[in-house]
Amino acid sequence: MDFALTEEHNMIIESARAFVEQELYPFEDEVEKTDQIRPELYESIKQKALEMGFYAANMPEELGGGGLDTVSLTLLEKELGRANFGLQYIVARPSNILQACKGEQVDNYLLPTIRGEKIDCLALTEPNAGSDVRSMECRAERDGDHFVINGTKHFISHADVADYVILFAATGVEDTPRGPKKKITTFLVDMGTPGFTVEQGYHSVSHRGYHNCILNFDNCRVHESQILGEEHRGFDVANEWLGATRLSVAAMCLGRAERALEIATEWAATRKQFGKPIGKNQGVSFKLADMALELKAAELLTLYAAWKDDNGGMTDTDAAMAKLKATEMLQMVSDEAIQILGGMGLMDELPLERIWRDHRVERIWDGTSEIQRHIISRAMLRPYEQ
Amino acid sequence: MKVLVPVKRVVDYNVKVRVKADESGVETANVKMSMNPFDEISVEEAIRLKEAGKATEVVVVSIGTAQSQDTLRNALAMGADRAILVEADGEVEPLAVAKILKGVIAEEEPGLVLLGKQAIDDDSNQTAQMLGALTGWPQATFVSKIELGDGSMEATREVDGGLETIKVNMPAVVSVDLRLNEPRYASLPNIMKAKKKPLDTKAAADYGVDVTPRLKTLKVSEPPARAAGIIVGSVSELVEKLKNEAKVI
Repeated sequence: MDFALTEEHNMIIESARAFVEQELYPFEDEVEKTDQIRPELYESIKQKALEMGFYAANMPEELGGGGLDTVSLTLLEKELGRANFGLQYIVARPSNILQACKGEQVDNYLLPTIRGEKIDCLALTEPNAGSDVRSMECRAERDGDHFVINGTKHFISHADVADYVILFAATGVEDTPRGPKKKITTFLVDMGTPGFTVEQGYHSVSHRGYHNCILNFDNCRVHESQILGEEHRGFDVANEWLGATRLSVAAMCLGRAERALEIATEWAATRKQFGKPIGKNQGVSFKLADMALELKAAELLTLYAAWKDDNGGMTDTDAAMAKLKATEMLQMVSDEAIQILGGMGLMDELPLERIWRDHRVERIWDGTSEIQRHIISRAMLRPYEQ
Repeated sequence: MKVLVPVKRVVDYNVKVRVKADESGVETANVKMSMNPFDEISVEEAIRLKEAGKATEVVVVSIGTAQSQDTLRNALAMGADRAILVEADGEVEPLAVAKILKGVIAEEEPGLVLLGKQAIDDDSNQTAQMLGALTGWPQATFVSKIELGDGSMEATREVDGGLETIKVNMPAVVSVDLRLNEPRYASLPNIMKAKKKPLDTKAAADYGVDVTPRLKTLKVSEPPARAAGIIVGSVSELVEKLKNEAKVI
């Protein structure tokens, strides 16, 4: 077993850390306070990310992406995760599902998105279809060589800055041994297509500057050439390409937890009360030990899953365990960090209150903690099913 | 013109160094190591010269253990073209480094050697000057600005009380100061390319240099801890203490 990182890994970490500290940290305060990222700021960070080659680092090199394997990408995303979420997402990792683009879709969507000329967003969730995503009500009905889309999507991240949406819609029902099941198709729908409108979503406690939106489709007509993958096979494309997003969530939680732990450790070592650093009290120092332990455990699970992904063997359980552990670890680490700092931990002078707020969505999106536990236990119990 | 840039692997500048228990030196086991920051500046300058079309090739060289390869790869990832590792164990003193570099220069025939003014581990600040003497080449030290001319260069040096601009003929040995430039971080594509760039390994003996240290370190110790200050109650008490306790006035 070899746990050592390579020279390239270390260089990626160093470059990414420098990028995050120099290009993103200085603007965190502004974004946290205004909940907005100025367009000029967005552009300048994007340009720097393109120059550094971090933009679309998840995409294959032959398509113009960074061509990182999953371990390297995980290390990069861990570093990016240290910063405010909205700022770090300017360093876009376009949805892997775009690699299913065919024919003209490659030139119209995939390549411009990798080059940073277009921004994608992904729409699955609906008001009545969260964890039970197949129960979606948004539907696309065939009309000749077109589809007519009707319905609503919500919680659609960064649709306000996107140029098009990767949309999942029901295109019929099929009978299966387990009862009727909706057939889902994936479409590429441009912003501005008649009948398609985007409105600002809800104000979330997490991720200032990174907005969720509501998408409304009212008799929106799209040509069948806009289907990504095959008709009725939307979930096949999703399953093929979207598995690794859980590792992204895990990786970014690791970076945030690391930052919180650094702040808490320095505070414990330097803050003096009753004549000595508070870290000399076991009530504080044992917290640090437990935080470091949880962080390391989550990191090992995440890198293990990433390593398996690179070697062709990552299971749903691997990804679920990494996501579950990393997000719940961040809950513990961010909360304890604030406890160590006391009142100062709650003030927005430091990133701790932000990390604490931001952690909350991580236990919900990309599959709630409960769904992750379901995935893990389902695989354990399956051999015993009659 | 080929530019030769010697780089050294040192304890990272962010690390709070600790003295070994036996006081023989500084703890380097399980400590983050990086390229000497002044050497990063010389690598950056060399790459900029190449980008500006004034240099044709940037060759980096490091003298040290096999682990110095990491430092060389880092320089390659920044944009250097080729690397040479001269393997040598233990401490290699500035004079031995300068002698080896003289051998490398004889092989590589660079038009310019850019060195960091000193390494942040031993702070010797000797290698560039010794190399200048050994080669007989003009030297410009503590340089904060370089302007290449035809067969010569103008170098701005940071000296006590201001800046001094001198003209030196090429080839020359130049040691760089902090304000020359701000080194870049390696971009992702360059990091990926670095492993494909050539890295030759040599031994100190290949250059006929005996690297046995000429100096013996007797003891390395922590700087004395600073004593706590006191708050005086009045100006007259302050003057009294300065006169009679500190004896400075």
